[in-house]
Amino acid sequence: PHMSNQVLLFLIVGKNEPLYEAEIHKRGSTGNSDAVARQSYFVLHSSLDLVEKSAWVTQNMYLKVVDKVNQQYVSTFLTAGNIKFVLLHPGRNEESIKNFFYDVHELYVKLSMNPFYHYDTPITSKEFDKRVKAVARRYLS
Amino acid sequence: LYSELVQYHQNRVDSIGELERRLESSGYQVGLKVLELITYRNREYKREIRIMNILQFVSTQVWKALFGKNADSLERSIDNADEFMIVDYEPLTSTFVSVPADFGQLSVDAYMSGIVAGVLTGAGFSARVTAHSVALEEGEHSFGSNNNALSGGASSLPPRKEKAVFLVKFAPEVLERDAAMDR
Repeated sequence: PHMSNQVLLFLIVGKNEPLYEAEIHKRGSTGNSDAVARQSYFVLHSSLDLVEKSAWVTQNMYLKVVDKVNQQYVSTFLTAGNIKFVLLHPGRNEESIKNFFYDVHELYVKLSMNPFYHYDTPITSKEFDKRVKAVARRYLS
Repeated sequence: LYSELVQYHQNRVDSIGELERRLESSGYQVGLKVLELITYRNREYKREIRIMNILQFVSTQVWKALFGKNADSLERSIDNADEFMIVDYEPLTSTFVSVPADFGQLSVDAYMSGIVAGVLTGAGFSARVTAHSVALEEGEHSFGSNNNALSGGASSLPPRKEKAVFLVKFAPEVLERDAAMDR
């Protein structure tokens, strides 16, 4: 089945498991299907090995595109604590994606300062979710 | 505030070892957060990927953020390739906490060890960090070459007889990864 190019998938991945996920719908898209979501997770999961390798080759936090599957690209950003921001997206748009990652990074650091949030655990904050989606709308839709 | 933290734990433990472990564990969580915060504030969007650089990050930037000064020195063990030492002649956490006679070996530097371990392990350099009090050798500089932010120089404190040494022992895979980068 043809992969929708209307939906982007954003994951925050810790050492062993995803900590957060968000689907971002481009303007005018008719909505998501489960098939898209399932395929997307599969793509992202197999890209993580490549992210791991890239992590020790460069000091950059923004790793740009690390993998490509079908017509989808996988871009990544690593925090100082090696928490991975992973975005599955249809087109190359480095500047927008970089800005998206930078703003999400700021939100992540603020979340980290909350004494009730522990490193490398699932992110359940609704406020965080709301703000990430607002950032996504600003740069990615 | 720190002495509150120590006293809070002191009332809930029945051995010195337990107190040290709890302090270390609290420190570890702080280290993880400090790593992200300092890096973010630098606004360079770079991570450290070499052992020497992450150790320098700890002994300068982390120390400065927490104590207002750099650590006094960073050394490599001659005997063990996986060991490094961060030395502080006036560690904040034990300078102002007096140790009652019956506590013996109590070292609140366990908290600082935890912080260092949190920063290193969070950054991908898995390490065990332990704090040691080492007697100063004759003639060894007992006041750091950097200004102590609190006393503004020397003398309101009695001269130190010991320095704090934070011993960092990296996991083998960290050494291997770092060595491979030289090739």
